Amino acid sequence: MFDYETLKMIWWVLVGVLLIGFAVTDGFDMGVGALLRIIGKNDNERRVLLNTVGPHWDGNQVWFITAGGAIFAAWPVVYAVAFSGLYWALLLVLFAMFFRPVGFEYRSKMEDPRWRNAWDWGLTAGGAVPALVFGVAFGNLFLGTPFKLDELMRSEYTGSFWALLNPFALLCGVVSLSMLAMHGAAYLQMRTDGELRQRASGYTRLLAIVVAACFTLAGIWLYFGIEGYVITASADVGAAMTPLQKSVELKEGAWLANYGKYPITLTAPILAYAGLLLTLIMTAAQRSGLAFVGSSLALTGIICTAGFSLFPFVMPSNLMPGHSLTLWDVTSSEKTLNIMFWVAMIFVPIVLSYTLWGYYKMWGRLTTDFIESNKHGVY
Amino acid sequence: MISENVVDLSRLQFAITAFYHFLFVPLTLGLAFLLAIMESAYVMTGKQVYQDMVKFWGKLFGINFALGVTTGLTMEFQFGANWAYYSHYVGDIFGAPLAIEGLMAFFLESTFIGLFFFGWDRLSKVQHLAVTWLVAIGSNLSALWILIANGWMQNPVGAEFNYQTMRMEMVSFSELIFNPVAQVKFVHTVSAGYVTGAMFVLGISSYYLLKKRDLPFARRSFAIAASFGFASILSVIVLGDESGYELGDVQRTKLAAIEAEWETVEPPAAFTLFGIPDSENMKTDYALKVPGALGLIATRSIDEEVTGIKDLIVEHEERIRRGMQAYALLQKLKGGDQSAQTLSTFDALKKDLGYGLLLKKYTDNVVDASEAQIKQAAHGTIPSVGPMFWTFRIMVGLGFAMLILIGLAFYHSSRHSVERQRWLLKALLFAIPLPWISSEMGWFVAEFGRQPWSIGEVLPTYLSASTRTAADLYMSLAGFIGFYTLLLVAEMYLMFRYARLGPSSLHTGRYDLEQSAASAAANA
Repeated sequence: MFDYETLKMIWWVLVGVLLIGFAVTDGFDMGVGALLRIIGKNDNERRVLLNTVGPHWDGNQVWFITAGGAIFAAWPVVYAVAFSGLYWALLLVLFAMFFRPVGFEYRSKMEDPRWRNAWDWGLTAGGAVPALVFGVAFGNLFLGTPFKLDELMRSEYTGSFWALLNPFALLCGVVSLSMLAMHGAAYLQMRTDGELRQRASGYTRLLAIVVAACFTLAGIWLYFGIEGYVITASADVGAAMTPLQKSVELKEGAWLANYGKYPITLTAPILAYAGLLLTLIMTAAQRSGLAFVGSSLALTGIICTAGFSLFPFVMPSNLMPGHSLTLWDVTSSEKTLNIMFWVAMIFVPIVLSYTLWGYYKMWGRLTTDFIESNKHGVY
Repeated sequence: MISENVVDLSRLQFAITAFYHFLFVPLTLGLAFLLAIMESAYVMTGKQVYQDMVKFWGKLFGINFALGVTTGLTMEFQFGANWAYYSHYVGDIFGAPLAIEGLMAFFLESTFIGLFFFGWDRLSKVQHLAVTWLVAIGSNLSALWILIANGWMQNPVGAEFNYQTMRMEMVSFSELIFNPVAQVKFVHTVSAGYVTGAMFVLGISSYYLLKKRDLPFARRSFAIAASFGFASILSVIVLGDESGYELGDVQRTKLAAIEAEWETVEPPAAFTLFGIPDSENMKTDYALKVPGALGLIATRSIDEEVTGIKDLIVEHEERIRRGMQAYALLQKLKGGDQSAQTLSTFDALKKDLGYGLLLKKYTDNVVDASEAQIKQAAHGTIPSVGPMFWTFRIMVGLGFAMLILIGLAFYHSSRHSVERQRWLLKALLFAIPLPWISSEMGWFVAEFGRQPWSIGEVLPTYLSASTRTAADLYMSLAGFIGFYTLLLVAEMYLMFRYARLGPSSLHTGRYDLEQSAASAAANA
């Protein structure tokens, strides 16, 4: 139905869709986790916050797992090179995320305040650490990471974990942490009432401004301070190819070249700023639903900006630029891409529809009174 | 050169994280269906006690489920982290069932588990019942897809090597899905999960019956678990996955190792009930044999032979020699000679390429491997017989012990005489760990028995690992063991606490501990 080249393009879009799905859904419960101890001043308040995401966090987290599985199936080279190379970053994310399922489920099953306090810290780390690390990892993609492939396609990564923590990548980490925290605060505006809602609004505004500032700064830095990657020669992208079949050069300002070449891509940063603006205005107007829409659009815009800037690169190598991974040379075979495309076309709409039904059924604002009267039944 | 230490540590890390994960999976598989059955009884009869059963056993389900999710996260990413070359080499086929598992099963299970716990007041009775069934179906679908992936590691059908991309690529999606090894594994594994759920409910209900607490609640739970468990244990044993052992070379080798079947004998082969396998001299001491039984179990016939280890080594040696030729041709192809003749010879030999790759463990230069190295590699195709022989027998022995226990539970439960059999109740209580031990042994047999391959006949484990240092592996291993153990302690603590409390933990005012607390308060 589609030719190989188109399928490769489609899968680049689909991976983006999964990442955006992850950020928009799991992003808010991670944000709620990160803000748990800041917005929730006492045990009952924290239980309100936890219960706003209680029925949903597990389903949301599947976006993360499915993104992992989909990258394995559609981009096996990326799956192999990225997760073995960024080994400690990945493990840090996993170790932090361990505390989420257990924290949510176990925290309120015991009365002891030390027990609850310990799990609250776990949930905070489970929300904040992955949010930060995802941004740091994305930041390093622009700088290139030190890996190479041999002729048997075995990858070797020569950098250390500490090298990932450079100023530009940390700035990207702040973008990602503050945007997911903003998203969590926007969600809490919708699902809480009274003082909690007031506090959530305050943090939404503050974080939206932080996101706007850091996102802008990262863009300027990217243009003036970081060399971009450019493909100078390549085998036929419409055929099966490996990352070894091309040559790549570094060029100043190249990471923003796509915006000149394809002006349509400018919609991504515009969407990011428009979303942030919408979040700010609607928070001020106490229209919490629209504030959440604004925040979701902002995340979408920011992730698309990162993806469009890198295009067609996925994971550049600063050790051997020619070995950089692009969406043309990391994919599965045409047959697998085709099959997985149809699987996604069938199941993503089904998943979305029952997910929405779940939110619809559980909708409404939660209060401390609700927790008082359901002490033993909820988180 | 690849560090053998890193390969071993990566294997250990995978084994430990997978064993941890499988402490929680079987209970989820079994208890989910028990909850769905209990809730069906509630919706059909309207009796409150059934809803209380769903809520209470659901609480224990939740405590277990949380760690299942936690340890499952690791599994999705560990292939990339620790087995990068594997991920590259077979991701084209192996990744597909993992991605489908996420889309088709995890979303279903995880979305509806939230509604299961939080939706009691928001959903109608029938809607909630549907939610519970969807959780059970979701968890079982996830088992289906992961076992399709695992079945392919044992018997890699529907795929071919592509020298241009240096990896295996999918040829037939339907062969992957309908891999007979995967089908057999699926039935065997989920049935073992159902047995685990049943043994769990039986054991804890026995505790209440022994304590003469919450009797109507405990009796009903016991009865449902006994009948569900009886059907499941029969299914585990009758549909034991021995029937999948004639398919694919790795499965045949595994069978020979399990049975310490050194020689190929006149069919039907005898089953070694007991003995001390001696790998060095390739014989089994003190062997106690049941004539004809192995042939019947393994081949489902009396005239097909079960190949012995010595003959398998000879077969493998030939395949290694052909694999060396395939490897030489691959080098030619990579070097630019893509003539029709090279291609067609390579195509004819490439199914043995994996055997050639086995030599990589012994020499970098596969093409010029010495006779001694070839012999060494051929011997290396047989997994260590002793551990295989024993773990398999522990698994089967425990399976039969559970058959007797559950059979008695079922018999007495249907005759309403179970409360008089106090020894049976005690035995059931202390037998709670058996299904877990049995399942873990089963996985050991399946995966240790796959060695030296990560993908049978295709990719040696030795080549599959990532290029990391041993220090990385020691630290990550320590991290996994540390975090998992911490969380496991919390899990066991809550599990014991809530199991002891029983349905009184629901705070409905209907159960014994609350009533005695209330009457004590009134008397004071």
